[in-house]
Amino acid sequence: MKLRWMAYPYVLWTVVFTIAPLLLVAWFAFTTMQPDGSTVFTFSGFEKIVGGDRVPLDLLGLQKIFGITLDVPLYLNIFVKSLQIALLSTLACLAFGYPAAYLLARRTANRRGGTDLLLLLFVIPMWMNALLRTYAWLALLEPNGIVNTVLSAVGLPRGQFLYNDFGIGLGMVYNYLPFMVLPIYSVLVKVDRSVIEAAEDLGADRRHVFTRVTLPLSMPGVMSGINMVFMPAMTTFLIPNLLGGGRYMLIGNVIERQYMIARDWTTASALSIVLLVFVLASMKFLTRYEKGNEGGGVLL
Amino acid sequence: MVAAGTALIELVGVNKSFGDTRVLTDIAFAIRSNEFLTLLGPSGCGKTTTLRILAGFERPDSGDVRFEGASLLDVPSYKRRVNTVFQRYALFPHLDVFENVAFGLRLRKTPEKEVRKRVDNALRTVDLDGYGKRWVDQMSGGQMQRVAIARAIVNEPEVLLLDEPLGALDLKKRKEMQIELKDMQKHLGITFVYVTHDQEEALTMSDTIIVMREGVIQQIGSPTDVYNEPRNAFVADFIGESNILPGRMEQDYAIVFAGHAFPCVDVRRADPDVDVVIRPEDITLAAPTESGLNGRVASVVFKGVHYEMRIESDGFEWTVHSTDRADEGAAVGLSFDPEDIHVMDRSAHSPGAHGPTA
Repeated sequence: MKLRWMAYPYVLWTVVFTIAPLLLVAWFAFTTMQPDGSTVFTFSGFEKIVGGDRVPLDLLGLQKIFGITLDVPLYLNIFVKSLQIALLSTLACLAFGYPAAYLLARRTANRRGGTDLLLLLFVIPMWMNALLRTYAWLALLEPNGIVNTVLSAVGLPRGQFLYNDFGIGLGMVYNYLPFMVLPIYSVLVKVDRSVIEAAEDLGADRRHVFTRVTLPLSMPGVMSGINMVFMPAMTTFLIPNLLGGGRYMLIGNVIERQYMIARDWTTASALSIVLLVFVLASMKFLTRYEKGNEGGGVLL
Repeated sequence: MVAAGTALIELVGVNKSFGDTRVLTDIAFAIRSNEFLTLLGPSGCGKTTTLRILAGFERPDSGDVRFEGASLLDVPSYKRRVNTVFQRYALFPHLDVFENVAFGLRLRKTPEKEVRKRVDNALRTVDLDGYGKRWVDQMSGGQMQRVAIARAIVNEPEVLLLDEPLGALDLKKRKEMQIELKDMQKHLGITFVYVTHDQEEALTMSDTIIVMREGVIQQIGSPTDVYNEPRNAFVADFIGESNILPGRMEQDYAIVFAGHAFPCVDVRRADPDVDVVIRPEDITLAAPTESGLNGRVASVVFKGVHYEMRIESDGFEWTVHSTDRADEGAAVGLSFDPEDIHVMDRSAHSPGAHGPTA
């Protein structure tokens, strides 16, 4: 190929910004600095993850409903909690996002050209910085924030919306919903109208058209959406930092604190590697069920 | 035309507009049981819309569609005993060939054993034995077309609607499929409603042809009827090649056109504005005569079975098909039998109606 040279800048780009940082993380994960300044090989980071303090496993309903108390290492508990809230937020995004994508796709199909205002309104918040949007939620949900002020003004009891599962979950669903809606929408708008008519023609009522044709055909978009929501939800540190008020620990902000506050680069890097391996494995798992890969945004 | 008692489906005064565009005007016809009926016309003539009304994808603005006497208008498409073969196949990309064909049966909760039997049968009918496990995107256009047909006939519909099903195939494949479809229709005993813009396809396969133009039915008849007795110049021009000239009806059996008086077989009142149609294959070339219609050969093209010749005569260019070749530039005389002169009312659309005045 004559145009081979055009790829070189991108090769350089990935080496500098992807491969080198990953190698650095791996290096930090397996080394530690001695007091005399020398660097030695170590497994202490990984040992800390599986060892350390033991705490009761904070898995939804495990204690409250089943009355089971299971003591696990501190980091494993945080990992399970992050996984749990990421999965729940992804499910919530899917539950809200699919109908939205379906409605938007139908609107697009029924119009001739032009931009759908509703779709635009859905996308506009994405043009704003995530940090700003999350700060806005802070102003809304604070103990003396707008929501509580309104609640007490109409004589209702004030609620605690921040620093708990609810606040974090809300922040995630709000921030990541467009990433669920858009891939599903882009697959649904491409579904050929005549395929739907063919299903009706063969005896499918509205429900069967959806379950036998529309839903299966939109699965690449659903998988893509799950990927695009679950990955950032699993690794975010911005949302728990802001909406968790420093008290709510997820794997993302634990890593951030290990780097920035504890300055324990060995443990932080080891945690990053465990998280990275987990995220890659779950992506692989999701894409296994994807024939085609038309949704976009999926790499493996 | 069709006697009322034998009609399976009847369209009565159907009108349809999309926005400001009128697409169907007063469409009325009957479909007999086991008939091969073709809706024929150029694109935009409303033939596909008519088919979609039969399938239940469109609702007429006024008029009625009756199935065995009962109105179909409020019956949703999934409850109608008709199945459609779509123009671009519309196969389900997420299912293999077997499941595509089985789709309708599964919706009716047919027992697995029967599904297997009927799908295999349908695949055998369309010559796709053993293709069940293939994905539809691994198949050629002709094969996809067969899957689409199998998917429809497996449900044993009362009526099969086909929307230009052979449009995407090459000429040879199309000819083969035309014969296969006609055979299939006879042997399955299903009523076919077929939409096409290809007049040859319509003539080959149909029992009845409905010629449409701009949402209006021009003529309903058997292939021989519409070919030999076109109701107007549009039908004559659309079906087969024609020489269409303005003429003047003098009295019964006498017509004047191209500057000459001819005997004809039509019985009609005197009319100064009629169209005369003469098929190119009905014209015989001979030596020019003193009193006859004469011309000069402008061009000769070999067409395989016959020569196509353009004959320049008094400002009108005749098209003549003959197995005998005339030399370019030669002076010839044109003659035709009285029964080959077709006289019809002048209509707003008389294509090619130029040339010598009567």
